[in-house]
Amino acid sequence: MSDSLIAGLDQTQLLGLYHSLVLTRAAEERLEMLQKQGHVTGEIYRSFGQEAGAAGAAFALNRQTDGTGDFLAPTVRASGALFLFGGKLVDFFRQYMGRVTGPTEGKEANIHWVDFQKGIIGPVSPLGTMLEVMAGITLSFKVRDESRVGMVFCGDDASSTGAWHEGLNFSAVQRCPLILIVEANQWAFSTATRKNTRVRSFTEKAAGYGIGSESVDGTDVIAVYEAVSRAAERARAGRGTQMIELRYYRRLGYAQHDPQDYVDPDELSLWVDRDPIDLFKLRILEEGWAGESVLHKISIRAEEESRLAAEQATGEPVPDGREAAKGVYTDTITEHPWTRTDGPYRRDSSELNT
Amino acid sequence: MNHPAPKHLKKTARGEPVTLLEAVSEGLFEEMVRDDSVFLMGEDIGVYGGAFKVTRGFLDYFGDLRVIDTPIAEGGFTGAAAGAAHMGLRPVVEMQFMDFISPAYDVLTNYIATSLYRGAGPMPIVVRGPVGGGNRGGPFHSQNVEMAFFHTPGFKIVYPSTAYDAKGLIKAAIRDDNPVIFEEHKALYRAPTLREVLPDEDYVVPLGKARTVREGSDLTLVTYGAMVHKSVEAARKLDQEDGVGVEIIDLRTLLPLDEDAIVESLKRTGRILIVHEDTRTGGIAGEIAIRLNERAFEWLDAPILRVTAIDSPVPYAGSLEDYFLPQVEDIVTAGRYLAAY
Repeated sequence: MSDSLIAGLDQTQLLGLYHSLVLTRAAEERLEMLQKQGHVTGEIYRSFGQEAGAAGAAFALNRQTDGTGDFLAPTVRASGALFLFGGKLVDFFRQYMGRVTGPTEGKEANIHWVDFQKGIIGPVSPLGTMLEVMAGITLSFKVRDESRVGMVFCGDDASSTGAWHEGLNFSAVQRCPLILIVEANQWAFSTATRKNTRVRSFTEKAAGYGIGSESVDGTDVIAVYEAVSRAAERARAGRGTQMIELRYYRRLGYAQHDPQDYVDPDELSLWVDRDPIDLFKLRILEEGWAGESVLHKISIRAEEESRLAAEQATGEPVPDGREAAKGVYTDTITEHPWTRTDGPYRRDSSELNT
Repeated sequence: MNHPAPKHLKKTARGEPVTLLEAVSEGLFEEMVRDDSVFLMGEDIGVYGGAFKVTRGFLDYFGDLRVIDTPIAEGGFTGAAAGAAHMGLRPVVEMQFMDFISPAYDVLTNYIATSLYRGAGPMPIVVRGPVGGGNRGGPFHSQNVEMAFFHTPGFKIVYPSTAYDAKGLIKAAIRDDNPVIFEEHKALYRAPTLREVLPDEDYVVPLGKARTVREGSDLTLVTYGAMVHKSVEAARKLDQEDGVGVEIIDLRTLLPLDEDAIVESLKRTGRILIVHEDTRTGGIAGEIAIRLNERAFEWLDAPILRVTAIDSPVPYAGSLEDYFLPQVEDIVTAGRYLAAY
């Protein structure tokens, strides 16, 4: 790769990453405005300070729109990964505002939506569940001998749940091509990590399951990209489940209603200097990968995209209340391109690289 | 497949009678042969063939990617079933005893039952396993779990009482795109009286349809599972000793509930007795009674009554368990009272 500048990424890709970071922040700031204006029905959650984790990780995977690519289960603080997987900005706003035009037609909130063509499997609120579910999704990749991986995000204290441990153990035992991203942002709502676990790094929990792991500075988008690329390579090569711990800090409250007054301001201020967007911008300029005016244009574009998507969603209707009774059961057998039933099926695991 | 089909799974093809357990096995086996996307997960279902041997011989025939021995973590493998179902596979999850479904309650109710509604697609999953008392299994190997899921929109719940129904219903459950809780009563598994020769053809028993076990004009017993057989005994007694004509409805599927079948029978008899082995409070009798109240109040000639297990954990000692469980005499007593009302 002659035009590779770093980590196998060329200028277009690096600027794509930068766009992803600023778009996430712009979209969430726009969302905050919508909430203040009374358009958002429920609560909103920011990824402020964690944008590089979602972007770097998603960028490392094979993202397709025809149901053949890798899978992503983000958390509510990994919306940047969702956008990179093709999740539409306008759907993001529709979901938060409960619009009938959104992917769940108002039946579910925020980033809890699914698009199998794009490999997006939105989370549910109980923590740890998505690890179990992704174990099953990636089990299907293994059984069908497909070179695909599934990446599931979780907050650090999700690793206290039984679902997390049962899902991770199942995935590890079955050598599922699953990448677990632990967003170690040091807070579970108002509870500090030290009150939730005795481990110093969540990779210690990975050791308990006999899987590969790495711990990375989550504010460094290139480092995240490289670590997840390595993990994906191992998973695709049949080396089974992998964990990446992203170390960073939740710089805003748990949700919008939380003023975060339990946080030591001195501790918080340390992380202002570790802002992932500022850091990446500085790196791009120092390395000469692009100039200030290019980055400025990308920021303006991201803000404009967010504004337009928010405007569109705001003008759209909410569902008719009677729709609440529909869609609990299905009587039809559905055939989708992603629900392949034609194999090839492996007969047993003896042919696997164990 | 290189391996010959196990002989013990071909009894129906040879015209031999099968037990309810063997009927479930044959149903599972035939569905797995018919559809490559059907696969099994559960504890000890592979090498050992399942605690009750429902899947004996499956591992050799289908391989360990379609017959997966799991860690003892019901939540974990039930959650994995959800993921596999997203991808077009059709998992059949065995709970070694249905009592152990509770660790999977979270993923079943929060994730699997809501998936379609949330726009995340259908969940063609069957969670099946042995239930029920009478085997001196104590509190953790005897429970009926239907009502823990009855209240959650999104499930179908099936509970066969005969070998014919067990095979036809397990096949229908596997082919259904909704998540199905499938309960198999341990006392019926190998009951010699339930042995029957099944049609050697690919039949299904549709979900949501009750069966009239016997006809009668004085009183309707609405029941399911092992209680069907106790109800039949009670009905014979009422017929012989009291001249009461008892109609018996075997619900077969609890969700969706075949309300029409119950109402139609009520119109003929005017009297309803609901019999279930599950505990009393929050049992299905309450739901049936209110539905009849809503739909057919004017047809009732007597109050709706129920015979159920008592509200306690399932006790271990035989004397205690016999007291806990509904007995034929209890049904006869309630039936007499209603017939004379």
